[in-house]
Amino acid sequence: MDFELSEEQTMLKDSLDRFVRENYEPAKRRALVDSNLGYSKENWALFAEMGWLGLPFSEDSGGFGGSPVETSVLMESFGAGLVLEPYLSTVLLCGKLIEAAGSETQRSEILPAVIGGEMLLALALSEPRSRFNLANVETVAASSTDGFVITGRKTVVSHAASADKLIVSCRTSGAAQDQSGISLFLVDQNVSGLSRKDYRTLDGQRASDLELAGVTVGEDALLGELGGGHAVLEAVIDQATCAICAEAVGAMQAVNEITMEYVKTRQQFGAPIGSNQVIKHRIADMHIAAEQSKSMADMAAMRVDGPPEERRLVTSAAKSKVGEAARFVGEQGIQLHGGIGMTDEYVIGHYYKRLMSIDTVFGNVDFHLRRYSEMT
Amino acid sequence: MDLSFSDEDLAFQKEVKDFMSQSLPADVHDRSDRGLHPKKEEIVRWQKILHEKGWIAPNWPVEHGGAGWSLTQKYIFNQEYFLAGAPQVTPFGISMVGPVLYTFGTQDQKDKYLSRILSSDDWWCQGYSEPGAGSDLASLSTRAVRDGDHYVVNGQKIWTSFAHYADMMFCLVRTDPDVKAQMGISFLLIDMKTPGVTVKPIIGLDLDHTLNEVFFDDVRVPVENRVGEENKGWTYAKFLLGNERNVIARVARSKYQLARLKDIARQESMNGAPLIEDADFKRKITKVEIDLMALENTELRYLSQEIAGHKLTAEPSILKIEGAQIAQAIKGLTVEALGMYAVAYEPDALTERRNDGPIGPDYAHGIMADNLYQRAATIYGGSNEIQRNIIAKLILGL
Ligand SMILES: Cc1cc2nc3c(=O)[nH]c(=O)nc-3n(C[C@H](O)[C@H](O)[C@H](O)COP(=O)(O)OP(=O)(O)OC[C@H]3O[C@@H](n4cnc5c(N)ncnc54)[C@H](O)[C@@H]3O)c2cc1C
Repeated sequence: MDFELSEEQTMLKDSLDRFVRENYEPAKRRALVDSNLGYSKENWALFAEMGWLGLPFSEDSGGFGGSPVETSVLMESFGAGLVLEPYLSTVLLCGKLIEAAGSETQRSEILPAVIGGEMLLALALSEPRSRFNLANVETVAASSTDGFVITGRKTVVSHAASADKLIVSCRTSGAAQDQSGISLFLVDQNVSGLSRKDYRTLDGQRASDLELAGVTVGEDALLGELGGGHAVLEAVIDQATCAICAEAVGAMQAVNEITMEYVKTRQQFGAPIGSNQVIKHRIADMHIAAEQSKSMADMAAMRVDGPPEERRLVTSAAKSKVGEAARFVGEQGIQLHGGIGMTDEYVIGHYYKRLMSIDTVFGNVDFHLRRYSEMT
Repeated sequence: MDLSFSDEDLAFQKEVKDFMSQSLPADVHDRSDRGLHPKKEEIVRWQKILHEKGWIAPNWPVEHGGAGWSLTQKYIFNQEYFLAGAPQVTPFGISMVGPVLYTFGTQDQKDKYLSRILSSDDWWCQGYSEPGAGSDLASLSTRAVRDGDHYVVNGQKIWTSFAHYADMMFCLVRTDPDVKAQMGISFLLIDMKTPGVTVKPIIGLDLDHTLNEVFFDDVRVPVENRVGEENKGWTYAKFLLGNERNVIARVARSKYQLARLKDIARQESMNGAPLIEDADFKRKITKVEIDLMALENTELRYLSQEIAGHKLTAEPSILKIEGAQIAQAIKGLTVEALGMYAVAYEPDALTERRNDGPIGPDYAHGIMADNLYQRAATIYGGSNEIQRNIIAKLILGL
């Protein structure tokens, strides 16, 4: 039993924290949020240089063979800085899907480019009626003479606009909500029949709604087995879910630090507001929430690459606990700041927004409580 | 004990219902329904309709333009008003400074301001909070120094809602720095066009502009613009805050938003069935519905105590805390009902510029904006922490 970081992991954490300190002070982050792209290409190149883009891939794939623990170290630091680069969509979702399910050709064409920072990817998963259930797929890929024709709508596709390629989950057989009959396809950004509506999300990131109106792809666009996409998707999403739990932990710890500092300095009624017992207790509760979340995120990182049953359990346990804590900490961070917490200029609200997004993405508290309870 | 209304009250209820369904403009209703801040032109247009009907200020004394209703009728009006989905009447003139003026103002002040408040020709803002004086309002430091028949005002206000719309500000200033904080404050009416007044926007979490900083740089305010006595401003300020708490439970508004939540949960789906049929989600809606029912009955019980002639102390603080938390819970659940579209937030102004329609289903537009803004419900008008201190002290003697 060991929750401590190894020497290598500590070095990784130090360099990540340094990156965040140097590149993610609030004014710099704001400039990125307001830029067209929504993040920094220079940062992305730096990620490649630092080896972070290759971190979770096996050495066979050209990566560094990092485990989910390394990923959680990285995401925790990113969470503390509210990092905007599309690491989740390109590396942890699409990259990992390609590593897990891709053909030799797909892997060798895409993974080195991802690891080198030259290719960006986005996962088109959710639909107007899907509500977190990966099996709820109504986008259809119908087989044609030399491939497939994809028709459907995908919503809130993270970083779709800057992606070179998309991975789209489609139904190739079965009824809505069947786990079998879901297939994954690689779709080029500029393919005809694909239209995008781009927007900024709550947390300052970028997403798009996609309309696929008879998009034609070849046989070679199929990623993994025909009709067998659900299992691999679920595994990769579970890993990514654990990763954003770690991100939330980093964000919660930052909220607590900032709030603690604020209540020590802000004076009302001739004393720091933090001298009131109710404020002390509230911050203690926020600290407890972050601590409990940290334990769950660490535990999940250590167990999420276990057998599927275990993976599902730890993921849902962690996400439900973290989601609840994230809301509480985010909301109280604002509350304890009073008026200043309600402004766009001050950083605390941005943490709240990201924490709210994390609570939603890949299933909220209810979704994961239910998933867990159905397994036990 | 009897929960039923008299026949006259029921007839009155119908009259209000009919008026609301006939008179509330569709565009005003739409923004209010979504929880978006009304635009100035819209809310003023609507308030003028209410004024014409004589219903803009039901709580005012009849001689100043009030409706002369019983407490029960006022309650019914308030219910029907919000159940129709109407936006709250801008409080700064009608519920805040108006009562101060007709209670403590000079005849000149009454003549000059009251009718323009009723007609919504003047927009007022509330200049209380300062960077250093929030919960501890009495520590405010905006200074007013007497110079002949003027005060010269220097200092800064912050969080001034809609100051950028305002013609006038009612403002707390320090006129005597050498006495106990509460004893050296005066209540001034400041024309926002006076030289030296600068309004700077503060963009909120919802990325909308409702808040402002207001700076005073040698602003000359005629002494006749002081309400009541010099250094007695704290009394008027507290009187005003007492009035503000009248509508603070927001039961009817929450009922309306709860109905909207259910409506959205009927349209959203969960594994092929309407979300509202999902047992977990339904239980959460039910919980908040029952919380709201409790609040409604607490409010009614206090109302009946008032009718029976009992004086309330800090009971409005109970209504404020519960009302704010329930409003937040309803919006939180509405956000949850949107699923992934909750994350797809675009501020109102951006949505208006979009030529390909808002993101996601039409009903989604406004929900996150309101959810973000509602975080302030437990901060402004006395934060939840401060309200609890008041309850502990005034009701419980702790
Ligand atoms: C959306 C919005 C609109 C507003 N509109 C107006 C307006 O139009 N005009 C105007 O004058 N003001 C307005 N305000 C200001 C509002 O009244 C203040 O924000 C409020 O009084 C709190 O003050 P503060 O922001 O300085 O927070 P602080 O007083 O600094 O409080 C920070 C935190 O400390 C807590 N705290 C403070 N003292 C104590 C204590 N003794 N015990 C326990 N906890 C304590 C508070 O509860 C809060 O959680 C508005 C605020 C908001 C957010």
